[in-house]
Amino acid sequence: MSEARPARPGLYYPKLPATWWLRRPGYVRFMLREVTSVFVAIFVVELLVIVHKIGQGPQAYADMVAKLQSPGCIVFHVIALAFVLYHTITWFQATGVVQVVRVGDRQVPPALVVAGNYVAWVVASLFILYWLLVRS
Amino acid sequence: MPGNDAHQHDVLIIGGGGAGLRAAIAAVEESGRLSIAVLSKVYPMRSHTVSAEGGAAAVMRDNDSLDTHAKDTIFGSDFLADQDVVEAFVKEAPGQMIQLEHWGCPWSRDPDGRVSVRPFGGMTVNRTLYAADKTGFHMLHALFQTSLKYDSIVRYDEWFATSLLVEDGRVCGVAAVNVHDGTVSAITAKAVILCTGGGGRVFPFTTNAAIKTGDGMALAYRAGAPLKDMEFVQYHPTGLPGTGILITEAARGEGGHLKNKDGYRYLQDYGLGPPTDKPVHRKMELGPRDILSRCHMQEYQKGRTFEGPHGHYVHLDLRHLGEKLIDKNLPFVRELAKNYVGIDPVYEPIPVRPVVHYMMGGISTDINAKTPLEGLYAAGEAACVSINGANRLGSNSLTELLVFGARAGRSAARHALERPAVKSNPVAQLVSDERKRLDSRFLRADGRERIADIREAMQKAMEDGCGIYRERASMEATCKILRELRGRFARIGLSDRDAVFNTELIAALELDSMLDVAEAVANSALLREESRGSHTRTDFPKRDDARFLKHSLAYRTPDAPRIDYLPVTITRWPPEERKY
Amino acid sequence: MTEETITLEVTRYRPGHDREPRTESFSVPYRKDWVVLDALNHIKDRVDGSLTYRWSCRMGVCGSCGMMVNGVPKLTCSAFLRDYHPGPIRVEPLANFPVIRDLVVALDDFLEKLRRVKPWLIRETEKPVAEGEYRQTPAQLDAYKQFSMCINCMLCYAACPVYGLAPAFVGPAAIALAYRYNLDSRDEGYRVREPILSDSVGVWECTFVGECSVVCPKGVDPAAAIQRSKVAGAKDWAMSVLMPWGGRK
Repeated sequence: MSEARPARPGLYYPKLPATWWLRRPGYVRFMLREVTSVFVAIFVVELLVIVHKIGQGPQAYADMVAKLQSPGCIVFHVIALAFVLYHTITWFQATGVVQVVRVGDRQVPPALVVAGNYVAWVVASLFILYWLLVRS
Repeated sequence: MPGNDAHQHDVLIIGGGGAGLRAAIAAVEESGRLSIAVLSKVYPMRSHTVSAEGGAAAVMRDNDSLDTHAKDTIFGSDFLADQDVVEAFVKEAPGQMIQLEHWGCPWSRDPDGRVSVRPFGGMTVNRTLYAADKTGFHMLHALFQTSLKYDSIVRYDEWFATSLLVEDGRVCGVAAVNVHDGTVSAITAKAVILCTGGGGRVFPFTTNAAIKTGDGMALAYRAGAPLKDMEFVQYHPTGLPGTGILITEAARGEGGHLKNKDGYRYLQDYGLGPPTDKPVHRKMELGPRDILSRCHMQEYQKGRTFEGPHGHYVHLDLRHLGEKLIDKNLPFVRELAKNYVGIDPVYEPIPVRPVVHYMMGGISTDINAKTPLEGLYAAGEAACVSINGANRLGSNSLTELLVFGARAGRSAARHALERPAVKSNPVAQLVSDERKRLDSRFLRADGRERIADIREAMQKAMEDGCGIYRERASMEATCKILRELRGRFARIGLSDRDAVFNTELIAALELDSMLDVAEAVANSALLREESRGSHTRTDFPKRDDARFLKHSLAYRTPDAPRIDYLPVTITRWPPEERKY
Repeated sequence: MTEETITLEVTRYRPGHDREPRTESFSVPYRKDWVVLDALNHIKDRVDGSLTYRWSCRMGVCGSCGMMVNGVPKLTCSAFLRDYHPGPIRVEPLANFPVIRDLVVALDDFLEKLRRVKPWLIRETEKPVAEGEYRQTPAQLDAYKQFSMCINCMLCYAACPVYGLAPAFVGPAAIALAYRYNLDSRDEGYRVREPILSDSVGVWECTFVGECSVVCPKGVDPAAAIQRSKVAGAKDWAMSVLMPWGGRK
């Protein structure tokens, strides 16, 4: 919290309550979006742990896979996936606002910029799937 | 009411709209040593300049000439404009437009990057610069934001000037209420410029914002300066019924058509034809405002207008212009129509009717914005120089703000450079008297009259007597009612007695101003026994140059105003019949 | 026939008398073409002359009449009673600003910030007026036009939780106006405005909640202005690290 101004007598200074983010749907969506960063971080750490376990040999890896397949873990991962998807969608939406793409004199409509991100995502995903399923 | 008397400046400008801000910048550029103050009852970006839509006229193209702009203006004024002033005005206009462009104003542009110009009512040639259809908004914000550059411009935001301080016959400042805390103080200056706008709110239906209450006109009037040509009130032909919200003349400049209830472009019946698809300068919908407003009233009398919950109206049809052009050049018109009358002009015609829009009259000034009171200057709608005479052409007033705002700033600055500082002792006494006056007039315990009641009675009287068509009996009745309202106003009672942000007190002060302005309008109108420009009388339907080729001057007296006259300056354009 | 009415629940606050704001209920005529401002005017003219609020143009261009209507920042001259029928309608002063009285808030903070971002055309050399206008094509005008539409109504500041929690934040409207000048082809002041925008209370205080753009009545999209300024600022920083010797615009 930073106070920018000294208080003047007579003026009433309203204070935002801790539940300020429940007041508008836009604020709630914002908070959910910010929370997605936690799940993204968890996924990153998990990936590092998996890599580390692979390095420790097939038994360590098999143990870890068994743990990951427990019901609790699966439920957690479904929720986490939802948050990460929301993270991705809101990120793509933001690019339409943030990135101004010019073709000659005219500005590319934001919806097209956003669509471009989705197309790139689908193409990349298809490529990875092909490489993982077909080539290996 | 307590107060602080320590505010001293060289030039004090009352009103922070287009004229006031332009004057402030001009004064600063005249000399950086001067301390310039801008005092406004609202924050400057709220000033009514912000609502102007259509454009600002100046000679910018090779197919145009200063003489043509001058002739159009003088013709439009029904020969009541002072021609030497008009010549100076059209000469300085182009430079002011470029200067504002250099200050960042986002004028609409031609493909080659030059500022665009469009057709406008009464103008022979395209010469109206515009910033989409929010020209006043962009001009005001460009001026306000530019004024922030200068440290020597000090602002008094939300202060209300209640009287001019006059010492030894010289204006030396104002007494003003700081609305935020209710204190009354003196702000002294060697020169005061009044840029407070017009007084359209004396009428019930107007394009004008709530703040247009003629406060500066009243300040000058009470200090003994005359109000010139007050009888000339302009009705804008296309306001929205009910609210009076302005639909810019630019809609007609872009090619909009006015149609009566039979879908007929009725203006051709009144000498403005022939009707063409594309707009032709000065014809049909591009005729001058006073004539178009009268045509509407005559259609109404013939029973050919629509009838709605807010009275008679006609249609402004923009459908044939297409969505693309409307969104490019008239986006604000589309937004206003949709929001306030639920009409999308791309698909349906807009209901419109004449509403009060502008006062050609105001504080009498000379070509350098100087009033007869020493140390007092005025510019903008509050002043009457006169370039607009009996009827103003659309897009001349935004230009007027710049040309005469700059002239006023320079004149006031030069005056201030030559004068010694204002003496503080006489001022302290004047302010003390003013505090007592305000306490006894407005904060009395035994007040009985309500502000809204007096205001509405005044507005009705003005609508009845000083409308588009006037005649002796109704004007006399209006003058009488206004005198009675003055008496009732003396017994005004406020329910708000607080010091902090007392807007009821401000409303009472504004009503005080409006009653003065209304009396000047009605009495000047009664004595002008002719029809000229926007002043049309059924009992004197012809223009009478022999008796009335002169300006009226209204002077305040304890009773009804005393009306005197001043000849019109004619240079190169002798009066002729005004036909379009 | 009795006229239909609608209830307004209006915040009242008298400095020196009230410790904190309270709510007062008023019943006003329900008219289909009335806006909330018309209802407030009715109360002031006919019921309670001490009700205090700002207004002027009543057509959505002066920016005076911003207030919270049912918790949402709105221009009361453009908020139609019919959209809130049957009511009641809560009318409160603009959020995140100190309240002077009733529905009037203090705007000093914004005006100081507006001045701070230097919202005027800055150039190395000025062209003389006699040489005419700076050329600007319609495309160059379109590049910044949207951001020049700000009416300074402060609805964006009322919607911004960051401004509410950290009032030192320069804020949406001020940054959008700085961005408008940065984008103006006639302007050369990007470097002058940079320290103010890249300050910690400048663009980087924003967390892209985006509500400012949602409530803006003029479609200015200040959120876009701020994020794009962040991109520009980040690029500048990267260039200054990679090429410290290079001079740019």
